[in-house]
Amino acid sequence: MGAGIDTAVDTATDAEMDNERRLFDYLLRLGDSPLVLAQRLGEWVGKGPIIEEDLALTNVGLDLIGQARLWLSFAGEVEARYAGKRRDEDQLAFLRDSGEFRNLLLVEQPNGNYGDTTARQFLFDAWHLLVLRALADSADPRVAEIAVKGAKEVAYHVERSGDWIIRLGDGTDESHAKMQAAIDGLWMYTGEMFRADATELALVDAGVAADVRALEAPWRQTVEALLAEATIAVPASGFMQGGRGRGGKQGVHTEHLGHLLAEMQFLPRAYPGARW
Amino acid sequence: MVTPDDALTAAAANATAPAAAAARPSPRPSVEAVWEALGAVPDPEIPVVSVVELGIVRDVEWDDAAPHAIVVRVTPTYSGCPATELIIHGIRDALAALGVAELRLEIRLSPPWTTEWITPDARIKLREFGIAPPAGDGAPMAVARVDVTGISPLRRMSVVVPCPRCDSRKTTLLSQFGSTACKAQYRCDDCLEPFDYFKPH
Repeated sequence: MGAGIDTAVDTATDAEMDNERRLFDYLLRLGDSPLVLAQRLGEWVGKGPIIEEDLALTNVGLDLIGQARLWLSFAGEVEARYAGKRRDEDQLAFLRDSGEFRNLLLVEQPNGNYGDTTARQFLFDAWHLLVLRALADSADPRVAEIAVKGAKEVAYHVERSGDWIIRLGDGTDESHAKMQAAIDGLWMYTGEMFRADATELALVDAGVAADVRALEAPWRQTVEALLAEATIAVPASGFMQGGRGRGGKQGVHTEHLGHLLAEMQFLPRAYPGARW
Repeated sequence: MVTPDDALTAAAANATAPAAAAARPSPRPSVEAVWEALGAVPDPEIPVVSVVELGIVRDVEWDDAAPHAIVVRVTPTYSGCPATELIIHGIRDALAALGVAELRLEIRLSPPWTTEWITPDARIKLREFGIAPPAGDGAPMAVARVDVTGISPLRRMSVVVPCPRCDSRKTTLLSQFGSTACKAQYRCDDCLEPFDYFKPH
């Protein structure tokens, strides 16, 4: 009898621990994509095609770093609740290896030309805004408040990147060709944005996570309408990377992430505990 | 409100540390005095307006549990605003100068900061400084303002952003981001000057 009661208690605790572990993983997914994309945008600093765009990319990057800090700080607190160790935002950003990163494959892709950077930004921004808006109704109040704040910023991101897709797509023959090639090249990384694995589905059931499966239709509607305005064809191929549930959100990355992290993490790894 | 306990505590503090008490205006300034002091803390990026006028300081109160601790609640503007840390330093310095012994600064994300909290006076100061204040940031519009299905709301909403220099209403959006994340860049088509626009948020 006594053993039965103990088991019940242990099971409940285990279930709670599992939920905390999933939440930690989910918060990394939310935080790592803006972090990695911001690092990519930082590579443009001082090299933007015009000063307005140099400023815009830097400001978008700053917004994303700010959002990543909020998500990763919260992730560290959640981890402390079940693991007994507490990593702060910096430790999570700078001392994890690529296999522990949970960002989307899309955001780690190299900057390429300005069309590539813009296409990557728009495909992500349109998804990001939908996710943050959905998370405004999260059962976890902390998730909801970070999402609501971020959504206000991302609304301006998608406005800007969308405008540039139109300007470059419906521009000169050369800018059109580059924009079409950029969309074609990045399209295969958009599939995993709408695929939910067991970790995410459990949190969707708990009312905490956004159900990305439901966001594919509105995303396609927005993206297809905008690409039409930009005279860019929607890629016909349905092949998507990370198709078997092994993509960025599970820590299986393209070769590009490791190189990005080598640069981003060099200083804190070479000089542990260095202060600004 | 000063309770008898507070008065006793203050008296005790005066009795035990007369030199320190003399050096400070008061061991426990009123909430109004704290607001006034915070009203003199400038925003680092736009020094003509204070952090109170921008709506960043949300709440000030004495902590009843700790007689010498004041609680200041602030709501940052943008998640990545690099001015946030400077603002927090500014608040700490202002309250230290006022003689506040212990400050508890609480960051509050919700409700999220909005340009609707910028005071009418500050909007005038912004314009005089050369920054067009936010237009159309009334409550219903702010919520529906930017929609992913209508990608260019700044353009399509046809919000008129008058030039802060010549008041012309013929202006053109150059970029959704200006010198900081909270501003867009415009150009006046009459006086031809470029200017910053504090975006509705």
